[in-house]
Amino acid sequence: MAKIKPRVKVPRSAAAGEVITIKTLISHPMESGQRKDKKTGELIPRRIINHFTAKFNGEVVFDATIEPAVSTNPYFAFDMIVPEAGTLTFEWVDDDGSVYTTEKKIAIG
Amino acid sequence: MDVTRRTFGRLTAGAAAAALVPALPAFAGADPVQEAIMAFTGGATPAEGGIDLTTPEIAENGNTVPIEVSAAGASAILLLAAGNPNPGVATFTFGKLAPNRAASTRIRLAETQEVIAVAKLEDGEFVMVKNTVKVTIGGCGG
Amino acid sequence: MKKAALLMAGVAIVAGAAMAGPGPDGDTLVIEGQEMVTEVKAPEGHPLDTIYSGWRFRKDETQALETDDFENPAMVAVDYARDLWEEPMGASAKSCADCHGDVEDSMAGFRANMPKWNEEAGKPWSLEHWVNWSIETHAEADPWKWESPEMLAMTALIGLQSRGEPMGVQTDGPMAEWIEKGKDLYYTRVGQLDMACSQCHEDNYGQMIRADHLSQGNINGFPTYRFKWSGLGSLHRRFSGCMKNIRAEPYKRGSDEFVALEAYLASRGAGLSIETPSVRN
Repeated sequence: MAKIKPRVKVPRSAAAGEVITIKTLISHPMESGQRKDKKTGELIPRRIINHFTAKFNGEVVFDATIEPAVSTNPYFAFDMIVPEAGTLTFEWVDDDGSVYTTEKKIAIG
Repeated sequence: MDVTRRTFGRLTAGAAAAALVPALPAFAGADPVQEAIMAFTGGATPAEGGIDLTTPEIAENGNTVPIEVSAAGASAILLLAAGNPNPGVATFTFGKLAPNRAASTRIRLAETQEVIAVAKLEDGEFVMVKNTVKVTIGGCGG
Repeated sequence: MKKAALLMAGVAIVAGAAMAGPGPDGDTLVIEGQEMVTEVKAPEGHPLDTIYSGWRFRKDETQALETDDFENPAMVAVDYARDLWEEPMGASAKSCADCHGDVEDSMAGFRANMPKWNEEAGKPWSLEHWVNWSIETHAEADPWKWESPEMLAMTALIGLQSRGEPMGVQTDGPMAEWIEKGKDLYYTRVGQLDMACSQCHEDNYGQMIRADHLSQGNINGFPTYRFKWSGLGSLHRRFSGCMKNIRAEPYKRGSDEFVALEAYLASRGAGLSIETPSVRN
């Protein structure tokens, strides 16, 4: 399995007050805990991204508590009003405690 | 006061919930979908309308089903899959900068079932919608 | 023979006509603003009139995922390959980039003509063969397994550099014999179910097999992201799976048989746009 890597699609700039669409994804197997190892017959332990938060200049825009029913490579798309220039920060929390982050700046223009 | 349908619902549900409180342990585990909804709404019965759930009629494959949910004025939306081993799918929370309280994602559905979305509106009301999604077993593997 | 006859009755063959089912849909595929050819007049010698990309047989939601490079789940792996492209390998400590420069330039159009004749080896090579040859010979590193995340990612990245190009394998000279071999395999019944590729993909494309919508089995989208695999998979994996469905012992990935079959199918799909990495069910 390749590295766990976030990908986000955010416009580089927007007019003040414009509504933009943000698309996010993180490469993660989202092991549900329901699958059995074909060779041993043992249940493969659950390991998923259980939480995702998107903030703009520190303020929460969108937050998701996630269960194993979300597909592999969890994808979330949502809209945001751009009040001013700033930074979008994205954070994903793994069952194993790892936290993955990325950020994008948005300019006004 | 004017007893609107919603207010009446809240009063009734409130009374019913109050009556049920001592009996709750007996109902625990009865219906995980109902439980999840009630836990989200604090016992209130959600009303219909005011929430849109877009799902395919037939999912090409149950492990990646694109869905979109939106509810104007929602502060949070609960997504459930009634036929999955565990009904919980996700809970979305929206901040002030989210204009249209909508989100898209891709979910796993174990079999043909109802996908349920419950929105908590900023005014404290709850609304709900249910869609049936058919999930087929492919004929050709590889 | 009786079992096969019953099975054939069950599958309701209408030889050659194959349009009793839903058939391919009428949608147009535009990926990131570039229109793809998903329907073209069949090449000379092809038993059908028109050939279609597998994309035309998928549901709208599946089709939509291929039109945008963010929505396309295969692009996660392509990103991984971009990292691999820059990573020093093996005893040489060279990366792909050190010799090949930008993948967009050096690999443009390469996948469109697979499998490609290799003079020294005396046989056609699939893209995976070429990648491993370069890794072993030039980077002096260990070859990648055919279905490894690295090989899948790299063949997807290289394939992407041919996206929109017409599929066009060489059919003359030394390739002719291999294509003939592939054609033989295509029409030979195998396995417990005693079926050949043609029975589904030529005689019954457009029909439903249980809940799957049968395509013509063209290979212009490989390696492909399949929902069923929750990931990328190679063409030879798909061949292998089909054979297992027929309860036949599959040939090995990279085998002469699969390379011959790949060559024949590439010739059958000539003119369709490469869609690698495509999205399928």
